[in-house]
Amino acid sequence: MGRAHAKELSRSYAKGVIKVSSKFKAEDFKGIALSEEDFKEKKVIFSDIRAKAYYAWTAGVAISRFLSELKEGKIIARKCNKCGRVLIPPRMFCELCYRPTDEWVYVKDTGRVNTFSIAWIGVNASRLKEPLIPAVIEIDGASPGMGIYHMLGEVDPAEVRIGMNVQAVWKPKEERKGCITDIKYFKPIK
Amino acid sequence: MLEVAIIGVGWAGSKSCTPDLSFQEMVYEAAVKAYADANVNPQVDVDAFISADEDYWAGYSIFEEYVPDQLGAVLKPTWHITGDGLHALINAYMMIRSNLFEVVVVESHSKASDILSYAGIIQHATDPVYVKPLGGHPFYIAGLEMRRYLYETGVSEEQCAQVVVKNKRNAIFNPNAAYPAELTVEDVLNSPYVFSPLKALEVSSTAEGAIVMVLASGDVARRLTDVPIWVRGVGWAIDTPNLDGRDWGRAVYVEVAADMAYKMAGITNPRRQIHVAEVDDKFSYKELQHVEALRLCTRGEAGELLEAGSFYVNGELPVNPSGGCLGVGNLLEACGLSRALEVVLQLRGQAQGRQVEDAKVGVAQTWRGIPTTSGAVVVLSTEG
Ligand SMILES: [Zn+2]
Repeated sequence: MGRAHAKELSRSYAKGVIKVSSKFKAEDFKGIALSEEDFKEKKVIFSDIRAKAYYAWTAGVAISRFLSELKEGKIIARKCNKCGRVLIPPRMFCELCYRPTDEWVYVKDTGRVNTFSIAWIGVNASRLKEPLIPAVIEIDGASPGMGIYHMLGEVDPAEVRIGMNVQAVWKPKEERKGCITDIKYFKPIK
Repeated sequence: MLEVAIIGVGWAGSKSCTPDLSFQEMVYEAAVKAYADANVNPQVDVDAFISADEDYWAGYSIFEEYVPDQLGAVLKPTWHITGDGLHALINAYMMIRSNLFEVVVVESHSKASDILSYAGIIQHATDPVYVKPLGGHPFYIAGLEMRRYLYETGVSEEQCAQVVVKNKRNAIFNPNAAYPAELTVEDVLNSPYVFSPLKALEVSSTAEGAIVMVLASGDVARRLTDVPIWVRGVGWAIDTPNLDGRDWGRAVYVEVAADMAYKMAGITNPRRQIHVAEVDDKFSYKELQHVEALRLCTRGEAGELLEAGSFYVNGELPVNPSGGCLGVGNLLEACGLSRALEVVLQLRGQAQGRQVEDAKVGVAQTWRGIPTTSGAVVVLSTEG
């Protein structure tokens, strides 16, 4: 919206020319899109294209070890002896000191919620009945600010707080595949 | 005039596959070597960083976020460009010439085996209305181009096969090459047609590796190294995307890019003034077509010169002493830096078993591959 237009609008509001209902809904502000009829009537012509884009990401030294340890129900980090940080996810070089990291360090599967959101929209942009609770968890034993991005579970969304103590809920050993989802979610420690 | 030099080079690979390393770990290795070579600490001495890749190769839809860590570039001016590594090098050149930056790092890498749908990605680069719905492996575009190039120039299939023989043989003397081999012209000619007239052995195989280079202004370069390699000219161009409107017989995009670079470098007689050339040979015939486009010989002459031995390491004008894409491997967007790396090593006299004698001026040229007509040219010299 241009500045002039905004001024105009605010003047109109002030004069009471435009009334804003206090009961407006998000649905009222969808904008204008093409209708299904427009496509059926071929008002728009398009070519349906799908890219064949498949990948197998090479995990490398650090992440391979991290994933193997997840399979064993453990979380492993790398330590940089220069800055002293315990890095998770682990990397073979410290990106801040720009030098190789020095040793493997096991950390705990507990931690604190650094930040979280209640996600009501799924990946296909539709509204979810049960929200997801993505959270960044600072892992005990890792350096402050270091942790795992994961989901919270077994918790009422309204109860989640920054600083809440949480613990990993692991899949049964036989179901673990060496994947971040070997941890089902983190739940509050009672 | 502000001068720009390459003051450090580092590489990891090239290997046919690197299942042991993540791309970050591979790039870190190349970067550490480049910084040691240039005598710089990336966190203190480097002003800006540029990486070049194609998101569809990288496998991330917005790859730039994954660039800084392994380069020592966290929270420093960094960008990622969609293009060949040589485009990144040209950007670094311009940044230094602008006088806003003194030391700029460029990086490019390939993790080709991570791409499970290589042909699918290339197909996705073709026109969605005119070309894509017709299907087929898009390398048929190379077959179309080769046919027309041979038809217009009189270059023979045997001569194209000899490019493969030469380059894979050169690669034997390059410890950084993934596909060295001692072949005969018959071996190549007897390999099955894949996209006729193109044969299986005439298609470069993908490889993996990372290349990092440090560029600096003249003052800094002279202070930090005894062997600065000066960037004397740069050029780049893209032809039309239309398969029905292209000049199939010639690489016009390289002619334009070369003219731009030569003008900047003061090169009026490339054949005489250039001592070593690293050109794109993703397919055998492309080397000959690109050599002609670089005005290193007249049109239609490349095949005969190759047969006469001119393009061999001890010839009158060595072409792809590294082994090119056919010998080193097709490093995707790192191809251009792979070409430039060899020119740097040749001009420094560090090319060991494949050293070209008295190489003082070299040209590196790249092409972004099927289905593009996107190319870039850089002229490098031992003299500023
Ligand atoms: Zn550190």
